[in-house]
Amino acid sequence: MALLEIENLVVEFQTSTGPFRAVDGVSLKVDAGEVLAIVGESGSGKSVSMLAAMGLLPWTAKVTADKMVFDGRNLLGMSASERRKIIGKDMSMIFQEPIASLNPCFTVGFQIEEVLRIHLGLDKAARRKRAIELFEAVGIPNPAERLGHFPHQMSGGQCQRVMIAIAIACNPKLLIADEPTTALDVTIQKQILDLLMRLQTEHRMGLIMITHNMGVVAETADRVIVQYKGRKMEEADVLSLFESPKSDYTKALLAALPENATGDRLPTIGEIFKGAAQ
Amino acid sequence: MSVITTKSTQPSGLSEFWYYFSRNKGAVIGLGVFLLVLLTAIFAPLIAPHDPIVPYEGMQRLPPAWSEKGNPMFLLGTDAVGRDMLSRLIFGTRFSLFIGLVVASLSAIAGVLLGLLAGYFRGRVDTFIMRVMDIILAFPSLLLALVLVAVLGPGLVNAMIAISIVNQPHFVRLTRAAVIGEREKEYVVASRVAGAGTFRLMFKTILPNCLAPLIVQATLAFSAAILDAAALGFLGQGAQPPTPEWGTMLADSREFLQSNPWLVTFPGLCILVTVLAINLMGDGLRDALDPKLKRS
Amino acid sequence: MTPVLEAKNIVRNYYLPGGLFKKERTVHAVKGVSFKVEQGKTLAIVGESGCGKSTLARIVTMIDPASGGDLFIDGKKVDIAAGDLTPEIRRKVQIVFQNPYGSLNPRKKIGDILMEPLIINTNTPAAERRELAMVMLKKVGLQEIHFNRYPHMFSGGQRQRIAIARALMLNPRLLVLDEPVSALDLSVQAQVLNLLADLQDELNLTYVFISHDLSVVRYMADDVMVMYFGEAVEYGTRDQVFNNPQHIYTKTLFAATPRADVDTIKARLARKSAALAAS
Repeated sequence: MALLEIENLVVEFQTSTGPFRAVDGVSLKVDAGEVLAIVGESGSGKSVSMLAAMGLLPWTAKVTADKMVFDGRNLLGMSASERRKIIGKDMSMIFQEPIASLNPCFTVGFQIEEVLRIHLGLDKAARRKRAIELFEAVGIPNPAERLGHFPHQMSGGQCQRVMIAIAIACNPKLLIADEPTTALDVTIQKQILDLLMRLQTEHRMGLIMITHNMGVVAETADRVIVQYKGRKMEEADVLSLFESPKSDYTKALLAALPENATGDRLPTIGEIFKGAAQ
Repeated sequence: MSVITTKSTQPSGLSEFWYYFSRNKGAVIGLGVFLLVLLTAIFAPLIAPHDPIVPYEGMQRLPPAWSEKGNPMFLLGTDAVGRDMLSRLIFGTRFSLFIGLVVASLSAIAGVLLGLLAGYFRGRVDTFIMRVMDIILAFPSLLLALVLVAVLGPGLVNAMIAISIVNQPHFVRLTRAAVIGEREKEYVVASRVAGAGTFRLMFKTILPNCLAPLIVQATLAFSAAILDAAALGFLGQGAQPPTPEWGTMLADSREFLQSNPWLVTFPGLCILVTVLAINLMGDGLRDALDPKLKRS
Repeated sequence: MTPVLEAKNIVRNYYLPGGLFKKERTVHAVKGVSFKVEQGKTLAIVGESGCGKSTLARIVTMIDPASGGDLFIDGKKVDIAAGDLTPEIRRKVQIVFQNPYGSLNPRKKIGDILMEPLIINTNTPAAERRELAMVMLKKVGLQEIHFNRYPHMFSGGQRQRIAIARALMLNPRLLVLDEPVSALDLSVQAQVLNLLADLQDELNLTYVFISHDLSVVRYMADDVMVMYFGEAVEYGTRDQVFNNPQHIYTKTLFAATPRADVDTIKARLARKSAALAAS
């Protein structure tokens, strides 16, 4: 049985110019221990579909799907309190801007202990011990001292490590990473990706990696879904996608990579990919 | 080169603004009431049944038309000297709106200028201006206005000047904060790189981007000015009788609170309704103009 | 031939005064960097955040003064702290910023944004100004109907085009591009890079291109300078730097960049199945 199964997801937003369909009939499946990458440019709906699964969209969004099942439990129509038992515990998410994702008024220790208190009900001493363990697991030096630091005292890479620690605190079955390294420097990006992959292998977590960077996809994914303007363009395992892409859009994406440049002009998506999701 | 198109269904600024503004029912009601007051002020000579200043002999302190001793000629009764209450209230809208407009404009212009200078130049200029503003803010506003009026002499114009001075620190603070925020943005640097001088940068590049909070503040200053002028009038330091300004009407009727309560009630209600309407409108404006609250 | 831009030992220090509870300290943002760029060429400056590349960009564009060292534009020494900044020199160097959403004044129509440099620096009459702005707008791939629109009506890639058009209005000799495509999607990035390449050919422009993305640098640059903590740790032609990096930081940078090619994937999958077989 798949860990997360979504069929025909549609997300519509109410805007001042009328309803806007951010996700238009996307289906996907993630198995336990698998790394799925969702690739797309801005406006492709990749973040919105995962936020819909987590139930994190604002009230102006209307979410409908034929099927949305996580670990055998139906996510559609689930009450808010039921959902809160799953989110952060079995299914968690990390976001793009690490410093902005942490509450600036509280220490990072408080924030990670909050998760432990609510989901695992640990007492104070057990929480602190586990928090230090988690910080060590994500590679933060001097964990005991760091617990008392505020987000603004830490760098972007360290904040992202804290976010990852919070996300894996309850040993989730599925971790969704929404562009986790886009805001980070290249060398830090490599460290964070290595960390994510190591944790994924150690804990046999399902990992959904949302990104627009094909390099990140090549370095992390088992399977790939390519999205464009809210629709799924292609789904394949990573090697087949790069070796023999089937969809025109995927071909255009790969051809537009500067490293694949032949000659001194880059082929643009418009030139290769006509019939843009009409 | 490939041809590029932009979104053709982009709503105009005004229709998008109205979409967010109309979500707030209170604000729409406030806008309606304000427009009503505005129309009353504009067409006052046509609407008012009597002259607001001319007293009628023998008709002093008549109760409203619906009570037993009332006279149908004077719908809301007459005041202590025999002038028609309804006409005075109607003409009072003119004064209130005039006061609100003038005071809001004066404090806005002075406040924005000072705030711009403080925020743009920082350093000693900033410190000096802000300390002066702090001193003004340290006094209870009405007390300070009273002192200024005592210095300048009682009267509507002096009352307006006093209230403007007392209200402008709010504009200075807002403008300064907005300017400091915008100053370091890239489009300002880009204009500098294009060779723009200080004057152009301050007024043409930065200031237009700071307007949203200022518009909201101006709306609120409008209503605060009406209240302050009414308070000064009540204390006898604002508009002088026989001017039909609502606060002054309250002052004239103070002694008749027990015997002829309508003399105090109606002007008070007018002040209440007008100020409430403008505040509701200001709230709605703030919500509509704040980009962080944009939901889509 | 004199290089368009030459920098000798540029130093930039920021002095942070101490307060009641902290000591004063000096931040050495740029620690003695030298380079030169010939006409029609592109120098790429590569580095991560905090390496001083943006500070250097501001010094070259004459927004901030250098604390030490010499800057030569077209062979002429320019020291803005000493007041050397005349309008003619100002026109020679223009800048395109990283963030397409912050670099255009949201309250101005883009036609006005394009005409502003002309209004400030020249006496061109209004009709001619409009004509020049319209020509530039079309040159970057936009249309006449866009002239009277506001920036928020455009996408990120279109705004970068407008920013490029604005930078070119004064016919500069040197264009400094501070991470111009980092905030753009891949497909849009390709369009903007093509535009820059075309403009360089057509107008014989010189670029100083700042980026942290090595694949873009490899594509655009003639010369490459790698910065780390305010110092230039590597400087050479593109082929030299990419094929034979000398400094350990450059090598680390190359190793850390994720590669989007089939061989990398095969190697990784092989490693993974080996690890699974061993466990």
